[in-house]
Amino acid sequence: MIRAQLPVLPLVLTLTGALLVSILGIVRPRVAWPLAVTAVGAAALAALAGVADVVAHGSRRYAVGGWPPPWGIEVVLDPLSSFMAAVVACVAAATLIAARSPAARFYGSTIAAFYALALVAVTGFLGVIASGDMFNVFVFLEIAAIASYALVASAGGPALAAAFRYLLLGTVGASFYLLGVGLLYALTGTLNMADLAARLPALGGSPLFVGGVGFVLVGLAIKTGLFPLHGWLPDAYTHAPTPVTALLAGVATKAAAYALARMVWYVLRPVELPVPLVLTWAGAAAIVVGGVLALRAHDVRRMLAYSSVSQLGYIALGFGLATPVALAGAYLHILNHAVMKASLFLVVGAALAAGGRPLVGALGLGRHMPVTAACAIVAAISMIGLPPAGGFFSKWYLLQAAVATSRPLAVAAILVGSLLAAAYMYRFTEAIWATPVAHAGAGDPPASMQVGLLTLAAATLAVGLASAALMDAVLLPAAAGAF
Amino acid sequence: MNYPYWVAIGLLMLGLYTMVAHRNLTKKLIGMTIFQTAIILFFLMTSVKRGATIPIVGLGPAEAAAYMNPLPHALMLTAIVVMVATSGVALAILTRLYARYGTLEEDLLAERIASAADEPVP
Repeated sequence: MIRAQLPVLPLVLTLTGALLVSILGIVRPRVAWPLAVTAVGAAALAALAGVADVVAHGSRRYAVGGWPPPWGIEVVLDPLSSFMAAVVACVAAATLIAARSPAARFYGSTIAAFYALALVAVTGFLGVIASGDMFNVFVFLEIAAIASYALVASAGGPALAAAFRYLLLGTVGASFYLLGVGLLYALTGTLNMADLAARLPALGGSPLFVGGVGFVLVGLAIKTGLFPLHGWLPDAYTHAPTPVTALLAGVATKAAAYALARMVWYVLRPVELPVPLVLTWAGAAAIVVGGVLALRAHDVRRMLAYSSVSQLGYIALGFGLATPVALAGAYLHILNHAVMKASLFLVVGAALAAGGRPLVGALGLGRHMPVTAACAIVAAISMIGLPPAGGFFSKWYLLQAAVATSRPLAVAAILVGSLLAAAYMYRFTEAIWATPVAHAGAGDPPASMQVGLLTLAAATLAVGLASAALMDAVLLPAAAGAF
Repeated sequence: MNYPYWVAIGLLMLGLYTMVAHRNLTKKLIGMTIFQTAIILFFLMTSVKRGATIPIVGLGPAEAAAYMNPLPHALMLTAIVVMVATSGVALAILTRLYARYGTLEEDLLAERIASAADEPVP
């Protein structure tokens, strides 16, 4: 019985949670955190059950409201969407658990608004992932985006300007996507992804198709923060409160990257257009430019933001190389990057809360916060791509794919990106140990933060150790759906 | 002829130009709204059919070809809701920005943000 509901269950749980938090949390701010963690934790369990269900019984389709597709809205649970929903829900759960003390200190009596917006944003990400309808994806993208703008702006001061810039560019991205969907609808008369994928091959050469593909992909690339369309990302990540940044850097761009992969390889399949080539080059450029900019940054949050631009480049590169191993490697990198970037931003939050300054050379975790510093180092190892952390394996698969398709420049970009990551993460970790901590109250953060950080660090290592099993069971079948 | 489509394209360009060319954040927001409205206009035009009537069963003939396509209208109702919510958040952000820095001119704002040197948010 409940199995049939698995495709929609995670987002129903987070949406219900958002509603409850916004009503009960205003009356009693103390219940906001337990409610939010329960909702997103339940969603994470439902998403994991979805992965197990897909592995055991195959894909599942759900017609919302009993209206059969292609007329009604469809929600699809297949290997790719189940995996991505699990990544988003689990990383969001760990982030919200860890966010307890920094969020409580920063938001005070308005804490319910933070958790309600965070849950709405997670609902949006899960909806983008689950949906099998082109217009529905737009609606969920905007639900997530509007909540994200408000979350970024909640820091006040310079974050307001960053949030406004994010809002303008995000809206342009979503509008481009909508325009592309309009062109494709005018061409085919359908909005259902499976129906669209079946009808498009016969209409491939039409100028409407070229325009539709172009607008959809540029729109989603803006949302993903894919170089050179990443203009909104660095300022928003630098100035937002760190619990917000951990959530957004962890999962927001990943949901959009998923939508990009879904459109390119599962729905539109623009075989006559040079889309894979453009993705490969944009990805390679993003890896190098993002890495160099991260190396030049002084503010540690800006460094991590540019590092996100660089790591998103790996994901786009995998989408562009377009072999099963490359796509599966890109999906694995989505998981790895979500885990390590959420973890690093939480570490920065813990250091700032202990009185540190957000400068790369003076973060000052020191020996007073051993748990936090250890988690930072695990994430740094994964970022550089050293075994046994998860980051090594996703880069290894991408490298294999680049060699197999004989793209020397892609190989070079992957290796140079890792060297740059080693350089900027060295500056980060060196500062952790070398800078003496002089502020009072320095010490490991409260238990909730430690639980979140340790979960993410354990996940980094577990993904590394289990990467072969993960590839065989979920990721390669997910990538096989594209060919 | 497809003159209405050229109107939509013209509005799209006008909106984008306003967002890029103006230094005032409120004017950028106005450009964004024009841009979104152009897309709504575009969608609605795809549903137009010469000589067709409004899609309410019982008012007109029985065959589907005699009605306009109602789906774009339904989609655009949702898109308008999204647009209203986005504009609301944007205006709230602009209000807070003006209260904090006393200006919405991009260059002046950047100067004042740089000189304010806020404490980092945890």
